[in-house]
Amino acid sequence: MKLTINGKEQEYAGEEDRPLLWYLREDLKLTGTKFGCGVAACGACTVLVDGQPTRACVTPAASLEGKKITTIEGLDTPAGQAVQKAWAELDVVQCGWCQSGQMLAATALLTTTPKPSEQQITDGMTSNICRCATYHRIRGAVARASEIMG
Amino acid sequence: MADTATFSPSRRFVLGVVGFGAAGFAVGCDLRAADAASGPVTQTALGDYVRIGSDNTVTVYLRHIEFGQGVSTGLTTIVAEEIDADWKQMRFEHSPADNAKYGNPAFGGMMGTGGSTAIFSSYQQLRAAGATAREMLRQAAATKWKVDPSTVVLAKGEVQSGANKATFGELAAEASKIAAPDQASLKYKDPSTYQFIGKERDVAADFGRLDTPDKVHAKAHYALDYNPEGALTALLTRSPKFGGKVASFDATAAKAVPGVTDIVQISNGVAVLATNFWAAKKGREALKVTWDDSAAETRSTEALVADYKKLLAKPGLEARKEGAGAAGLKGAGQVITADFEFPYLVHAPMEPLNCTIEYKPGESCMIHSGSQMPTGDQAAACAVLGLKPEQVVITTMLAGGSFGRRATPDADLVSEAAQIAKAIEGKAPVKLMWTREDDIRSGKYRPMNVHRMTARINNGAIEAWGDRTAIQSIMEGTPFLPPGTPDFSSIEGSNDIAYSIPNISVDVHLVKHPVSVLWWRSVGHTHTAYAKEHFFDVAARKAGKDPVELRRALLVNEPRQLGVLNLAVEKAGPLPAGKTRGVAVHHSFSSYVAEVADVTVNADGTFHVDRVVCAVDCGIVINPDIVRAQMEGGIGYGLSAILGEALTIKDGAPVQSNFFDYNVLRMAQMPKVEVFIVPSTEAPSGVGEPGVPPIGPAVANALLASTGKTYAKLPLGTKA
Repeated sequence: MKLTINGKEQEYAGEEDRPLLWYLREDLKLTGTKFGCGVAACGACTVLVDGQPTRACVTPAASLEGKKITTIEGLDTPAGQAVQKAWAELDVVQCGWCQSGQMLAATALLTTTPKPSEQQITDGMTSNICRCATYHRIRGAVARASEIMG
Repeated sequence: MADTATFSPSRRFVLGVVGFGAAGFAVGCDLRAADAASGPVTQTALGDYVRIGSDNTVTVYLRHIEFGQGVSTGLTTIVAEEIDADWKQMRFEHSPADNAKYGNPAFGGMMGTGGSTAIFSSYQQLRAAGATAREMLRQAAATKWKVDPSTVVLAKGEVQSGANKATFGELAAEASKIAAPDQASLKYKDPSTYQFIGKERDVAADFGRLDTPDKVHAKAHYALDYNPEGALTALLTRSPKFGGKVASFDATAAKAVPGVTDIVQISNGVAVLATNFWAAKKGREALKVTWDDSAAETRSTEALVADYKKLLAKPGLEARKEGAGAAGLKGAGQVITADFEFPYLVHAPMEPLNCTIEYKPGESCMIHSGSQMPTGDQAAACAVLGLKPEQVVITTMLAGGSFGRRATPDADLVSEAAQIAKAIEGKAPVKLMWTREDDIRSGKYRPMNVHRMTARINNGAIEAWGDRTAIQSIMEGTPFLPPGTPDFSSIEGSNDIAYSIPNISVDVHLVKHPVSVLWWRSVGHTHTAYAKEHFFDVAARKAGKDPVELRRALLVNEPRQLGVLNLAVEKAGPLPAGKTRGVAVHHSFSSYVAEVADVTVNADGTFHVDRVVCAVDCGIVINPDIVRAQMEGGIGYGLSAILGEALTIKDGAPVQSNFFDYNVLRMAQMPKVEVFIVPSTEAPSGVGEPGVPPIGPAVANALLASTGKTYAKLPLGTKA
């Protein structure tokens, strides 16, 4: 079975129910996608599947044939790059573990909603947990990324 | 009043840590040098903390772990300042496990990150390390160029004398041969010439957190990202009830799961090993374990609370007495009392606990983990594996949060991993992982506790104050508390109440049972600040006084508490229409923080914390933006706990299991936060924890102002 990950075709021959997260982290060594809860409750493992934010910890790799999967390592869209730039400008990160997922969620939000209102930012980001509570800066960084995108 | 909050009193700790400290080994430097030598860049050590690369980088060894609090920038900033570096050349790396070189004086010389001590305990030492390296470079240049050292100028990573010019990297080898100057003779920069200390983040100059670029671009390496070839993933089945033991197990079904390689019993459970996580998880689900619960806890939260309350009827260990103490609670006026109930809290760092161990029986052991106490881990591995400290190399990785969880006096994680590695005789590297369920259900919680708060109010004044707590001790049985010493971590924040009240009584009952407990970001202050500051508002209102005005009156001899209180209140400005406001001030980890919470209470009784204004006095500020970040994060972490977090126990087992029932703060609940820093020339003090304690009572006081109710049972939930 062929999966397209960060623009590159990968042959997946693993078990049918094995979540994408472990295929990314263990087999492909793409460790930027993080394990946080395993039950789609925290968003640390967020990747984009055809642009949609998706929880890799509960999504079987085998269910993604023909889909385009983007991880933090392949975040090269204008929105994605603006997000990374804004995250760096505002020094959003603390421990950083959840931030790949946060940045993927922000990229998805800004791709569909390039000029989000404060409420839209909150709605787009509130399912991603950050225990360091960098939420205050994430809000600012999403707004800043929107500015960078012009 | 002594600062009981700071992990400073080495007299308390030194006895207990001799076992760890006596080895006096030196590990890691050689190994790392060898690593570096295999590449084109060579590293030259100028002292224990500073290494200069042939590529002109300056790498600072961190004896504290970076888990989000910003030490990789803060500690590096101190060195960069004194060595006169260019910020772009600064790097950081966790130091090897070596108490002799990298012990934390605030931990009695044992390596340790905690107690918000990193900057406070390192400031002078790293200034000296930077100044020492600077003088060695200066002397090397003078010798090389045959000029007087006084003509050699270091600035922005370059060394110059007249027409002579060199980089740090070009001089490092010669500098390393020069004897370090006498520490007493070192001259430090005049703070008015500082380039980095106290300076704001500057995007244009690339001056900001050193760990940001790697974390933003997925290049940061955390412990869980370390994956040696052939590693087996281990998941451990632990007792569902606290205090349960393995009676027997049936591994038949688990062994049949493809990918499962081994099933081994260790001291506190049965481990399933497999070639990958998914197989290990399925294997563990298929494992059948029968538990011996004869010594297990059987009570539920309600029964524990009731038992704690029974204790509160009697006096406990005395922790503070002013005036007549408890006797002062009887007399003229009105006595008010309330029982404040605090639940168990889970740290729940975003990166679940894990540890990878590569063990060669009788020879060596390499451990990759994100630990707050690496030499304690090393000692634990030695004990399990029968190795000497020099045979156990600990590589400290970045950790995805901790909040105290990765500082375990019993080195639980390494001890488990080492037992598993031993059981399979080191045939493969072992990566022990915790699922989120393991994290939520395996104990080491902020202890649940009950404070019985009492005040006697007479003629518009608080004449007597009583604060009696029932709580499990965190420190007892650890190397940090010599036998017979009262556990200060249970009462810190209660016993040092700063209000000038004529009669004060603080006492504590230390409870013992099998639910395990641990320090949780701001430790005792997580509950003592809430009980003190919320009950203060209750009492002030009962006395007919404005709580902020009464604080001002009773803190006249506490200039730093008063300073942050006044600054926060001033910056908060007038209360917007339709909102309610609460204020709290607290001293912890030698720092002073006041927080003002503006809250909206809706018609249906739900409420939202809209805005928090915070003032902090943490002495000399190294990185103001990191201080701000720690206050923002501390406010969020504290708010998370008081709004929704509770780990409850039913029949001796935890009820919650993951983020869908252990409710942590999400963005929709996060207030806007404004942080103001009091300028200071006092010694630098902690910022990792002190932002946490005031937020709970500030919010409760805002609700009290709106509803008149006392908020004595936590978490608050969604309704006022």
